[in-house]
Amino acid sequence: MAELFTLPVLLGIAFSGIRLATPYLYAALGETFAQRSGVLNLGVDGIMLMGAFSAFFVALNTGSLWLGLAAAAVVGLLMGLLMALVSITFKAEQGISGIGLYMFGLGLSSLLFRTTVGTVKTISGFQPVKLPLLGDLPILGDIFFRHSLLVYGAFLAVPLAWFILERTTWGLKIRAVGQQPAAADSLGVNVTAVRYACTGLGGVLAGIAGASLSIALTNLFQENLTSGQGFIAVALVYFGGWRPLGVLGGALLFSFVNAFQLWMQVLVPEMEADIAVMLPYLLTIAALAVAVNRTRQPAALAKPFERGEA
Amino acid sequence: MTQPRPPVSQLSQSLRQRKRSAPPQWGDLAAALGLPALAVAAALLVGALVLLMLGANPLEAYAALIGGALGTSAGLIQSAVKATPLLLVALGIIIAFRANVINIGAEGQIIAGALAATWFALAFRAWPGPALVPATLLAGFAAGAAWGFVPGLLKARLGVNEILSTVMMNAIALQLMNLLLGGPMIDPAEVAAGTFIAQSERLPQHAWLPRLVPQTLLHAGAILAIVLAVGVYFFLWRTSAGYRLRAVGQSPEAARYAGIPVPAYQMLSLTLAGGFAGLAGVVEVLGVHHRLLEGITSGYGFSGIVAALFGKLHPLGAIPASFLFGSLLVGADKMQRAVQVPSALVGTLLGLVVLFVVGSDYVARRQAARRAAARAAEEGERG
Repeated sequence: MAELFTLPVLLGIAFSGIRLATPYLYAALGETFAQRSGVLNLGVDGIMLMGAFSAFFVALNTGSLWLGLAAAAVVGLLMGLLMALVSITFKAEQGISGIGLYMFGLGLSSLLFRTTVGTVKTISGFQPVKLPLLGDLPILGDIFFRHSLLVYGAFLAVPLAWFILERTTWGLKIRAVGQQPAAADSLGVNVTAVRYACTGLGGVLAGIAGASLSIALTNLFQENLTSGQGFIAVALVYFGGWRPLGVLGGALLFSFVNAFQLWMQVLVPEMEADIAVMLPYLLTIAALAVAVNRTRQPAALAKPFERGEA
Repeated sequence: MTQPRPPVSQLSQSLRQRKRSAPPQWGDLAAALGLPALAVAAALLVGALVLLMLGANPLEAYAALIGGALGTSAGLIQSAVKATPLLLVALGIIIAFRANVINIGAEGQIIAGALAATWFALAFRAWPGPALVPATLLAGFAAGAAWGFVPGLLKARLGVNEILSTVMMNAIALQLMNLLLGGPMIDPAEVAAGTFIAQSERLPQHAWLPRLVPQTLLHAGAILAIVLAVGVYFFLWRTSAGYRLRAVGQSPEAARYAGIPVPAYQMLSLTLAGGFAGLAGVVEVLGVHHRLLEGITSGYGFSGIVAALFGKLHPLGAIPASFLFGSLLVGADKMQRAVQVPSALVGTLLGLVVLFVVGSDYVARRQAARRAAARAAEEGERG
């Protein structure tokens, strides 16, 4: 155990922790928008898988990572809108429609992967960019400022999401629609449009979250690449009290636990890897049990809005 | 004297209106049966578009799929084999859903049941078959129930969202199985041969479920599942506990005023749901594989949700629904071999079926409400 606590190892864990937070952050921030508007999108994992595949496929065939990222965003948008159509317009039970979207994304990404790519291949993904000056800081520079652009983007999205939700008219409308849709409606806010926009945005971010896995972190695609990270992202929204800063805290907690267990597998090979892999999931359940402040939950979460039924 | 008919679906309020009006409303019935069929047709259509884009011939693929599942008696029997765990999972999903609890944890509960069954059958292999098989079934049921009880307890006591906790329990069960199959439960023969395939020792033959048709995989679990479907129907509609469970699902508020302990019934529903999924794991071990191996769930935990929804959340409706989706799974394997379209197509189709079924439910509800309003207006004029 002693070698776990040397400086290089701790630096390595911290660096990986920051890096691995990326997909959680994109996906959970997107889900925060959807849930604040009152839509519970459980299909995030399916969208991530499709985003991861699209980004990988386009990058592999065109050689352009940015085109891959754009493809993931577009596919994510389309899947988000599909979820919106079923859940908002057709007022489906959202717990179930989300699972349908997950199965669809899991199945389709596997199908497309097997027919178009076939075997696991790696690509050269987004490379780390050392920020000028900051990257040269001792320790801090190594941990925070030598990542790829998608990692920086995820962390920049946190204050941006906070600003939109808490400091703009847009954010006010989103929160009103999630809290009191009937009141928002009577004031002329288009409940349906706001929810569509938020679910669509959630889809875009989930698609980018998948892309960050396939073309920035692992640089490959395989069936079920996300292995449930999208579900953890949904749980992080609860854990974070439906606020971007809380989501950031949760994402970091999880990614650090994940980074820790990955390093454990390397450094303590006699420990069973399966126990380590279990850690994040056990932590999620524990976090849901003790750390969720239910009073912050949007009052109309997962409740379809019907005019004149409030 | 006719018995009052059971509600066909909790999701669709059409049934509530239907129950009140004396003559059967054929429009409602047609809508109830027609919309799911339409949902499957729509899913197949989208699937066909995907196949076209991939350069495959959808007609050929679907012909191989349907022919493979339903064209031969072997295909039909295989469909029934796959329908068995689907039905057991669906029964659990239905019980939970009737209490307004969504159980996404069947995958993990199947694993828990399969693990317990394998361990029990190997540990007590000295027992004679007539004692060992029922005891193993019970052990698997108990393990699945325990796996459902945990999220049930968390929901009842701490208000933890059961959808998320059951998903996490799935991941934990999977890792637990990998852990045990990697070491403590691995087949000693695999270790001796140095191949280390992650599977358990083969169960002794007297622990197997008896075959219904010799030379096929159809086993007594199929009968067990059908008997249990009838049992669940009686539980939900003919016992006071079942009545209270449904009352909790229809309106937790009203149930609470009636003095029903709502959290306790939610917990009960998840525990039972876990038990049934656990049984699905047992019959896969005792009836099909005769050992525990990786991928034992075959995704039944998710496709069981589709069967439950498609059977309109009715235990008896789940029987044909399970057979339908069982045959879809069989057909997909055949299709993969015949026309090289990956069987992952089925996952895609199942997801679409779910989306279209839950989506079309709103249409059914609205149509039923409109018809009910029209009937009410008519009766008002007469009265």
